Amino acid sequence: MSPSAPAIPLVHLDHLWLQVSGTRCNIACAHCFNSSGPDVRTFGHLTPALVDEAIGAAAGRGVREIFFTGGEPFLNPHLPGMLETALAVAPATVLTNGMLIGDRIADRLAGLAAASRYSLEIRVSLDGYTEAANDAIRGAGVFRQALAAVARLSRRGLLPLVTIVRTWPDEEELATLDGFARVLREAGDERPRIKVLPALPLGRELARHPEALPGGLVTDAMLEDFDRDLLMCSNSRVVTDRGVWVCPLLVDAADARLGSTLDEADRPYALQHHACVSCWHYGTICGNVSAQIDGPDTARRERPA
Amino acid sequence: MTRLALLGGLYSNDRALAAALADIARHGVDATYCLGDLGAFGPHPDRVYPLLHDAGVLCLQGNYDNSLAGGLADCQCGYTDPRDNHFARISYRYTFGRTSDAHKAWLGTLPFERRLEIEGRRVLLCHGSPRKINEFLWESTSPDQFLAYLLDTAAADVLCVTHTGIKWHRALADGRHVVNVGVLGRPENDGTPAVWYTLLTVDRGRVSAEFVPVAYDYRALAADMDAERLPVEFIETILTGWWTTCLEVLPHKERARGRF
Repeated sequence: MSPSAPAIPLVHLDHLWLQVSGTRCNIACAHCFNSSGPDVRTFGHLTPALVDEAIGAAAGRGVREIFFTGGEPFLNPHLPGMLETALAVAPATVLTNGMLIGDRIADRLAGLAAASRYSLEIRVSLDGYTEAANDAIRGAGVFRQALAAVARLSRRGLLPLVTIVRTWPDEEELATLDGFARVLREAGDERPRIKVLPALPLGRELARHPEALPGGLVTDAMLEDFDRDLLMCSNSRVVTDRGVWVCPLLVDAADARLGSTLDEADRPYALQHHACVSCWHYGTICGNVSAQIDGPDTARRERPA
Repeated sequence: MTRLALLGGLYSNDRALAAALADIARHGVDATYCLGDLGAFGPHPDRVYPLLHDAGVLCLQGNYDNSLAGGLADCQCGYTDPRDNHFARISYRYTFGRTSDAHKAWLGTLPFERRLEIEGRRVLLCHGSPRKINEFLWESTSPDQFLAYLLDTAAADVLCVTHTGIKWHRALADGRHVVNVGVLGRPENDGTPAVWYTLLTVDRGRVSAEFVPVAYDYRALAADMDAERLPVEFIETILTGWWTTCLEVLPHKERARGRF
C-alpha cells in the first residue's frame, strides 16, 4: 500500500459490472484473477431484485454498457431474465466459459439479442487452441465444451467473442491468433472474433507466477500526459452481493469496496494495487474492444518512417 | 428553415467527395461541414483539399488529422486487434508520406468541434464524441441515457458525429437528437458501394436528418488505389461494400450485418 497513491474519481459510470454468480464457478482455471471455483464462496449470487435495482440506478446515471461476470454467470439461474432487463436499457455482455450453454440457453440468448436494439455480446474464454494447451489451464474436457458452445452461438448468429489470455511471446502473435481462428472455424465458427487479454498478476495467476508482480505501483508521474479515461476506476463499478467494488480486478481487496450502493461508491479510488499497474499499462482491459495489447505499435510520439 | 450538409470521414476518397459536393450544390444548403478524417484508406490524400477549399467546406479535426498534423506514430483510430492495426499502419504510413506539409499544417489549425445555434437549438459538431476525438458511437452501443448524458455534459440539443463509418439517427424522448452522419470515404458494410452524407434540417425548431447516398465512380477509385499499391483488402471493400478490415471494433449487431 502506498499512502500517496494517486486518486481517480468516477468521471462517469460508462460500465456497470454485475458479479451475478459471485466467485462460484464450475471450473477452477489456473490463472483465474479472482480465484473463482466450485467451492469458492467469497461472493454469492446476485438476486434478480438486486440486479433490477442496480440496472435502474445505473440507467439513471447514464450507463453505457452492462457486463455480467462471476465466477460463471450461467450458474445463476436468473441470468436470462437479468439480461432481458439489461438489454431493455443498454448493450450487455456476458463473460462465460461456455460450458453451460446448451441449445435451450443458446436459443434464449438469440431471442434476447434479436429483441433488443442494443448489442448482446457473449464472451467465451479459451486459453489454448489445442485441447492439451487449453485444458492444462482450464481443466479436463473444457476445450470441447467451450468449442461446442461457440458453435451453438455461431449457428444462431450470435458471433461469440472468444477471449484468450496472452501467454505467448510477441514473435508468435500472428501465428497464435491464426491458430485460434483456424480451430474456431473448424468448430463451426465461420467468423471468429478474438479478444486478447493480458495475464493479470492477481489471484491464482499471481500464486503460480509470483515473479510477474510489477516492481512498483502507479505514481503521479506515470499519470502525467496519460489518458485517465483508460483506467476502469474512472468509468466503472462492480455490484456484488457484498457491496459495490471499484473494478472487477480488485474484488479480493477489502479497500476496493466503496459502499453498499452505486451512489455510495461514487467516490475517488487511490491506485494502490499492483493490478492498477496492469490497468495503467493496458488500458480498460476488461471492456470488449479497448485493450491495447500489441505494445510495440502503441508508441505515441515517434514520427512514422 | 436552415439546412446543413454534414460530411463524415473522407478517407482520401476525392471521387466520392466531388460527387457529394455536386449533389449538395443541387440541393442548396446554408453551409457544408466536414467532421474530420480527411485522409486515410484511399489514394492521393492531397486531392481532397482543393475540393474542400473551393466548395467552402468548414472542417473539423478528426483523430487522423490530429495525427498527421502532429507527426504522431499512429492514426489514433482506436483499433486494438493486431490485424486491424496492421492495416491501419499501412494506411497511415501511406497517407502520412503523401500528405503535403502545408496540408498537415492546415489540419493542425482546424477546431475539434463547432457549435452552432440554429433557431434556438444548440447544435454540436464533433468527430468521435464530445468527450473524446476517437470514441466510437455505434448505434447498438449508444443507449438513450448515455446519449442524454453526452448531450447534457456538452450543453447541446443536437449532436452530430462520425468516426465509426456507419450512419444512424436517434431522436430522444426529450426532443434532443444524436446523428452519426456516416462517411464518404468507404461504403458502410452493407454490400453496396454507395457512400453517404447527411442533410440536417432545422425547421421552426424541429430537427430532421436525411441520409443521402452518393453514387460515384468507385471502380475508378479502386483503380487509383490499385495503381498506388494499396492493400487489395481495401480495394475489395470499395468494390463490394463489405468491410474486410477494421472489423474487430464492431459491436455484435453492426458486425452481424456484414459479411466478414
